[in-house]
Amino acid sequence: MSWETVIGLEVHAQLKTKSKLFSAAPTKYGAPANSQTSFIDAGLPGVLPVLNREAVYMAIKFGLAVNAEINDLSYFERKNYFYPDLPKGYQISQFQRPIISNGYLEINTTHHIGKKVIIERAHLEEDAGKSLHEAHPVYTGIDLNRAGTPLLEIVTTPCLFSAEETIAYLKSLHQLLRFLDICDGNMQEGSFRCDVNISLKRKDCPQLGTRTELKNLNSFRFVEKAIAHEQLRQQDLLEAGQSVLQETRLYSPATDTTHSIRTKECENDYRYFPDPDLLPVKISKNDLAQVEMDMPLLPNQIRADLLTNHSLLPEDIEFLLSSPALFRFFKDVQSKTHAPTKILINWLKGTYSAALNEAGMTFENPLVSVDHLASLLNHLTDKTISAKNAKAIFASLTAGADDIDALIASIGCQQVDTEEGIDEIIHAIIANYPQQAADYRAGKEKLLGFFVGQVLKQTKGKADPEQVNHLLRKYLA
Amino acid sequence: MHTLSLREMTQALQKQQLSSTELTQHFLNRISNAKTLNAFITIDEQQAMAAAADADKILIRGDGKPLTGIPMAHKDIFCTQTMPTTCGSKMLADFHSPYQATIVKRLAEQGAVLLGKTNMDEFAMGSANESSYFGHVKNPWALNRTPGGSSGGSASAIAANLIPYATGSDTGGSIRQPAAFCGISGLKPTYGLASRFGMIAFASSLDQAGPMAHSAEDLAYILQAMAGFDENDSTSINKPLPDYPAALNKPLTPLRIGLPTCFFQPQVDSNIQQAITDAVKVFEQAGAEIVELNLSMQPLWVPCYYVIACAEASSNLSRFDGIRFGYRTPHADSLIELITRSRHEAFGIEVKRRILTGTYVLSSGYFDDYYVQAQKVRRMIQNELQTALAQVDVIIGPTTPTCAFKLGEKITNPTERYLADVFTVAANLAGLPALSIPVGFSAGLPIGMQLMGAHFSESRLLNLAHYYQQCTDWHQTRPNDERGFT
Repeated sequence: MSWETVIGLEVHAQLKTKSKLFSAAPTKYGAPANSQTSFIDAGLPGVLPVLNREAVYMAIKFGLAVNAEINDLSYFERKNYFYPDLPKGYQISQFQRPIISNGYLEINTTHHIGKKVIIERAHLEEDAGKSLHEAHPVYTGIDLNRAGTPLLEIVTTPCLFSAEETIAYLKSLHQLLRFLDICDGNMQEGSFRCDVNISLKRKDCPQLGTRTELKNLNSFRFVEKAIAHEQLRQQDLLEAGQSVLQETRLYSPATDTTHSIRTKECENDYRYFPDPDLLPVKISKNDLAQVEMDMPLLPNQIRADLLTNHSLLPEDIEFLLSSPALFRFFKDVQSKTHAPTKILINWLKGTYSAALNEAGMTFENPLVSVDHLASLLNHLTDKTISAKNAKAIFASLTAGADDIDALIASIGCQQVDTEEGIDEIIHAIIANYPQQAADYRAGKEKLLGFFVGQVLKQTKGKADPEQVNHLLRKYLA
Repeated sequence: MHTLSLREMTQALQKQQLSSTELTQHFLNRISNAKTLNAFITIDEQQAMAAAADADKILIRGDGKPLTGIPMAHKDIFCTQTMPTTCGSKMLADFHSPYQATIVKRLAEQGAVLLGKTNMDEFAMGSANESSYFGHVKNPWALNRTPGGSSGGSASAIAANLIPYATGSDTGGSIRQPAAFCGISGLKPTYGLASRFGMIAFASSLDQAGPMAHSAEDLAYILQAMAGFDENDSTSINKPLPDYPAALNKPLTPLRIGLPTCFFQPQVDSNIQQAITDAVKVFEQAGAEIVELNLSMQPLWVPCYYVIACAEASSNLSRFDGIRFGYRTPHADSLIELITRSRHEAFGIEVKRRILTGTYVLSSGYFDDYYVQAQKVRRMIQNELQTALAQVDVIIGPTTPTCAFKLGEKITNPTERYLADVFTVAANLAGLPALSIPVGFSAGLPIGMQLMGAHFSESRLLNLAHYYQQCTDWHQTRPNDERGFT
């Protein structure tokens, strides 16, 4: 029998606001427990929430980016349930009227270019705190630093039919949120959390099967693995004539399996009702116009733009789009150097990325400044330094040196680029190795490398390898 | 000393004919002689005397404001940093708030001298002050009778001259009904006029803080200090405040008074009906025009109120789970037991009843029939009252259908108890301002008259009440001290 997998996704994206959704407490990750918890976050008697407009602004940004309806009137409701890390006994969320509805995001997969993934809704809600089970031998600790952090819950229709499509959507969404600068996308820290609703149905059957919800998926790889596992599990059940239970299942990376944590029967009746402490969220045309003016370039626009440069490969473009900080850095250097864009990208991809990796850093905190890299690439392009020396200077810059002109001078390496100087050296070397020269001329082309090496050795690396190559071929011909 | 009006006290203090220290000591003495009323949950003499000494320094410098140096009390629903905040519940019997309510802060900034926190129905749920964990409060007019609720402690203390004024909170009549039962004046402002920040929530869309004192003039001074926009309360309204005391003596007429026929039904005590009729005559003689009103939604006021109030309460009281603050059961082996038992052991019967009712009306399957329906009815009630208030300046009627009932009476019949709110809940449902002033006695018990106006018509309501109090002296009639509570 042939089965079709149907997947819908709920992504919880933590918004990068400075303060919480309903209080002035900061939202920084990793602070000491309960150090970023206001009386409002702790749900003390008598406190009241006040909406952070920055979160509304970010939600609008997202809505515009996915061509969605931005609802001029939405409201917050209370989702009631008891849990120790839910201080008020209810979560403030949006239920009947979300701030964003009916958008889409285009994704590309091997079989489908420009598939529209339907985003049914995106709503604002506050995060809960955390229970710390390992903090104390007898008690469970409660850390409310995360309580009240703004989340944008982004919900698709069940319109994805494979793990590949799911991952493509998640990666596009992740990229979009980061380029919109509304979510840092850190999956390990939980800033981008994904729940997968998955069901199987017969290919020809219009009706959806019973779904399960998969949680605890904090990397794209786990999403992929969990889907693969769940597809098989459900298929086995269905083929054995059993039915799939509607339940929530937790993925455990250690065993690469899922296990049930909650069945539908045990689900809370959340008793949603409009939160009387908050006014409805009104969005005026003026608000929209303001956000529209602040919209950054989106990944698809950047992609289209870069494709007009024919020397760039698709993988170069994807590399630049792998982080907004990298892209910004690229644009800044590009504006200050006359080096070909391809050379700049190669440097970023190779030398620069390697150095960042080694230092355990990212383009968020560039090791070598925009100005330094631009200057270095300018010297390289002007052939006033060799590629080898450029790398040496780069290494010094990463080690903390900051006077690039002094470095170029002190390393004593104004490149030997007068044709006569190199000509002489090359002629002398060819004369010194007649056997090798003869072999090369007889077809042993590998020996070119030998001659290049000799020249570079004699010039102590000051010669431009490209020029040396060119001249050697000429004189050995 | 204790029969002076707030304006007279302010004058005496500012002219240094009287010091805040003397005044404070005087009221503290009266309080300690009237313990039998059980009007207070907390009294802090030391703090009070220190605050009075501070006030005296300000007064001597000539920097005194209208309430500087005058003793007062807060209903124990307002979070105070310097005294416990119990909300009349075992749940919060040991709770010390790390922050103070906006209203507490504002009054303190005016130089108010806080003597203590007044007794109240548990979480403001009740109309007899019998659901307090700290015991019932007695009515100084008849010690075997209720002072009303939920702000019964404030009302009883003011009536007995233990305190010149106090704060209260009103979700369905909790300021006006005890004011009526105790023969004092009390105002529930327009929803959004006084900050709710730091006032422990019962039903957020209905709760409103307000002043309680002897006269409309007193209320005007207190309201001036309490009211106004608060950025910490999203439902507070950002608009400039009028000068309430200045509006007291504005011309009375032209004045159109609406009298709803439904306020004069046979179940309303006939002495009360008569007292209202007499009171209205005072306005009539001054040229007011009387318009009979037909409020067809009136039978739905109480049912609609209880659905919405309980729904919101069930959610508002979820934070009392024994985990971060408040009572925690010593007998729990699991998380669910910890939460369940803490709530079971620390909430009283009335609070439980309302949490259960609220949970029920919000549950799936019942939500549309109860909560959604109640919201629609609420809108209709609002519309009807607003339409009526477009034709008249004020709607007048009895505050309550009966005078103060006996302690313990009707205690087994909660729905009958809820009818004590029959005339007051409408103002909360519609967010309208309403005040109650004393207009006579029935068998020695005070009668209250309610004046309800359009949104933000506090100035006008106080103006009318003040006019009435210039013509009558019911508000100056005090219970006989010799009867035993002093």
